[in-house]
Amino acid sequence: MDQDLKIELSKHGIFTTTLEELYNWGRKNSVWPLTFGLACCAIEMIASTMARYDLARFGAEVFRPSPRQADLIIVSGTVTKKMAPQVVRLYNQMPEPKYVIAMGACAISGGPFRSGYNVLKGIDRYIPVDVHIPGCPPRPEALIHAFMTLQAKIDAQELTGESRPRHLHADLPSEFPIPDFGEHGLEPPQNDEVFHNPLKVLEG
Amino acid sequence: MGTSLPINPAGHPWATIVALLVAAVLFGAAPLTLAWAWARFFSPAKPGAQKNATYECGLQAAGDAWVQINIAYYLYAIVFLVFDVETVFLVPFAAAFTGLSAGACVAMLVFLLLLVEGLIWACQKGVLTWT
Repeated sequence: MDQDLKIELSKHGIFTTTLEELYNWGRKNSVWPLTFGLACCAIEMIASTMARYDLARFGAEVFRPSPRQADLIIVSGTVTKKMAPQVVRLYNQMPEPKYVIAMGACAISGGPFRSGYNVLKGIDRYIPVDVHIPGCPPRPEALIHAFMTLQAKIDAQELTGESRPRHLHADLPSEFPIPDFGEHGLEPPQNDEVFHNPLKVLEG
Repeated sequence: MGTSLPINPAGHPWATIVALLVAAVLFGAAPLTLAWAWARFFSPAKPGAQKNATYECGLQAAGDAWVQINIAYYLYAIVFLVFDVETVFLVPFAAAFTGLSAGACVAMLVFLLLLVEGLIWACQKGVLTWT
């Protein structure tokens, strides 16, 4: 429907919507995260669900203890190479549509432990991240901002057409390969279908 | 006939019931069908080996969930008798020891011997050593 007509109708007290908008409105206001904390960022994540910051205002207070019931995985903290296969497996076990927030410097890039031998340099090497939050650790306000960003993203998703989200493309997989924790780190070091090396993007 | 049935435009006396029955079935089936159709087109199932795998906090599940565990509760019961119930009976025995008859002493010693036998048996079974 034409946006101007919609505004004009709403001035006369007539509310118009589409099924897609209604569906996305429902989805974005009931994003259930997975109970999953990795490091100090998880403490901030917990704080954001408590009374002072009250994530419940965004319909996201129901942290689910099983990936089968979760829509969102908040990678909150340092992902060690030993933990990375478990994170990818948990993500794979979540039903579609599913979203990822990479919370904090460690989850997005390895952070202060980037040079460490045992730390993954960003979870976006293996799973597609929807929202990155910088910070060490990010404050609960930052997580809430990430939630609002994710809500805006869900709100804008189209159910039909070429730009529809991944889970509506029948040929795209819902599972991502789990890396092996080998003798010399993770094999493969990244999933090239997911990860776009920023340095290579700049060069090419 | 003395009583008169309500006049039904459809003719048959059961027509109202049938109409209500159809409405009731539709009332239940329509939302379910809509939900099914919506899920079919806008939330298609994408099963996979990992997605269907047993959830074990992200770890790969090892073995079968239908494991039989040998609890051997009788061992706990015997050791409980030896170390706990025996102590409870030893306290009144010690308190009344000077005033007891020979028969009562023998009866108590038999009781103690039985439990000591249980302790030796448990020892031989290896219950008292950490595995």
